Amino acid sequence: MITRWLAASLFFVGLVAAWHFVVKAQIWSPLLLPSPLSVLEYLKGAAQDGTLWEATLVTVRRLLIGYGLGIVVGIPLGLLTASSRWCHDTIGILALGLQTLPSVCWVPLALLWFGQTESAMLFVVVMGTVWSLIIATDNGVRTIPPIYRRAARTMGSTGLHTWTHVVLPASLPFLISGMKQGWAFAWRSLMAAEIYVTILSGFGLGQLLHYGRELHAMDQVIGVILVIIVIGLAVDKSLFAPTERFMYRRWGTARS
Amino acid sequence: MLKTEYPPAQAQAAKLVLEHVSKWFQTSSLHVHALDDVTLRIAEGEFVCLVGPSGCGKSTLLNIIAGLDHPDRGMVLADGKPIDEPGPHRLMMFQEAALFPWLTVLGNVLFGLKLSNRLSAAERQEKAEYFLELVGLKRFMHNNVHELSGGMKQRVALARALAPNPSVLLMDEPFGALDALTREQLYGDIQRIWSQHRKTIVFVTHNVREAVCLGDRVILFSPHPGRIREEFKIPLPRPRDINSVDLARYATEITRVLKGYVESEVAG
Repeated sequence: MITRWLAASLFFVGLVAAWHFVVKAQIWSPLLLPSPLSVLEYLKGAAQDGTLWEATLVTVRRLLIGYGLGIVVGIPLGLLTASSRWCHDTIGILALGLQTLPSVCWVPLALLWFGQTESAMLFVVVMGTVWSLIIATDNGVRTIPPIYRRAARTMGSTGLHTWTHVVLPASLPFLISGMKQGWAFAWRSLMAAEIYVTILSGFGLGQLLHYGRELHAMDQVIGVILVIIVIGLAVDKSLFAPTERFMYRRWGTARS
Repeated sequence: MLKTEYPPAQAQAAKLVLEHVSKWFQTSSLHVHALDDVTLRIAEGEFVCLVGPSGCGKSTLLNIIAGLDHPDRGMVLADGKPIDEPGPHRLMMFQEAALFPWLTVLGNVLFGLKLSNRLSAAERQEKAEYFLELVGLKRFMHNNVHELSGGMKQRVALARALAPNPSVLLMDEPFGALDALTREQLYGDIQRIWSQHRKTIVFVTHNVREAVCLGDRVILFSPHPGRIREEFKIPLPRPRDINSVDLARYATEITRVLKGYVESEVAG
């Protein structure tokens, strides 16, 4: 365990060191590639004057609301497409098509429909999340061995009970991987929306990134990128990893 | 010497009654006549084995008794009442254990208990533990399903089926996927549990020795369409050992008859 930590930390220290030496070599102008130290400097300053926390808060709140909406809408729709052929041929095909659409394509539409509002942001996030969740849920339910339902039926499970106690838990591995993918899509969509849409109800990380570019403050751009990565990692490790560990333990599937 | 006449309507009230049951399956390319005019009476507490080559409709018949499937023609009664849906009085055990991988061993046994009767949580727990003890797996109750061997899984499945106290146990080749040694242990277990708890058991298998080892009666099916061809009473004392000579004699006779059906079908 300790050696694993050590190896990982060594890797990241090496990465930062490599970055440092590339900057030192002055291959690119420091305006284009700031040093790790100046990025740290920016992060410290932005943390102290509160802009970073505020932006993070705004972004994470949008993300959670949008992602939550995506789950609340996506999973039931996925169950629906898995249980009815008609829904599969209609909503299922729609989801399949829209899933391939890069979520940034929703931004112009959102702007025209909702204007520069929070709703536009949420719309983009939900559109980025919901389709992949529908497909993952549908997939999960379809791959359940039919014997589970039959066994449950003989024991007297019917209707809603079968859905909540058999179908949903049985498709949990697919649901989790779908939710993970949905989370990644939600992040991407939100960043696209925040970079393209300036709204007055709150400056998120995407906007911070955007202003960094406008001000030619590459330390800000890279600093914000780092924050985005760290949030993504933190969510994965705190939200998804424990669920996945539980699944590995219960199902006995291979452990990474 | 072994053959008995087709049973007359038994004097005692039958637990399960099947009258002229027929069933067809329609797939895109095939029209399968799965069961043809099957009539069968099974007494309370009887252990009946349905034997036949694959495709003879014996699993379909079991599904119909379970209420998972419906006959196209004929009548199926349990305790004199028509069977139209699955019920906790007739529980089924499948070839694969069909245990739920998202629950622990105990959780699996509790699943049926939670559905079938209004017991308190403590009573359910007590019952589940009792039946896990009965199949010798109480100390594995907190284990995950994937940690068990195939034989242990079927034992848990047996405990899960027994726990809600069904009067009929339907077993669809439950030991088919197990190795010979594990199977033999389970023959012992199932006979012991049957003699203690006196369930009516309908047991589907294509293994003639297994059928002779377990059944009071062995019902022979022939395929295309699935029909009852003959039935054999097995008056051997219990508990029976699958390797005994007496048992082998019955099994040989039944196998010979069974082969006749299969060969005549190939020839015809």
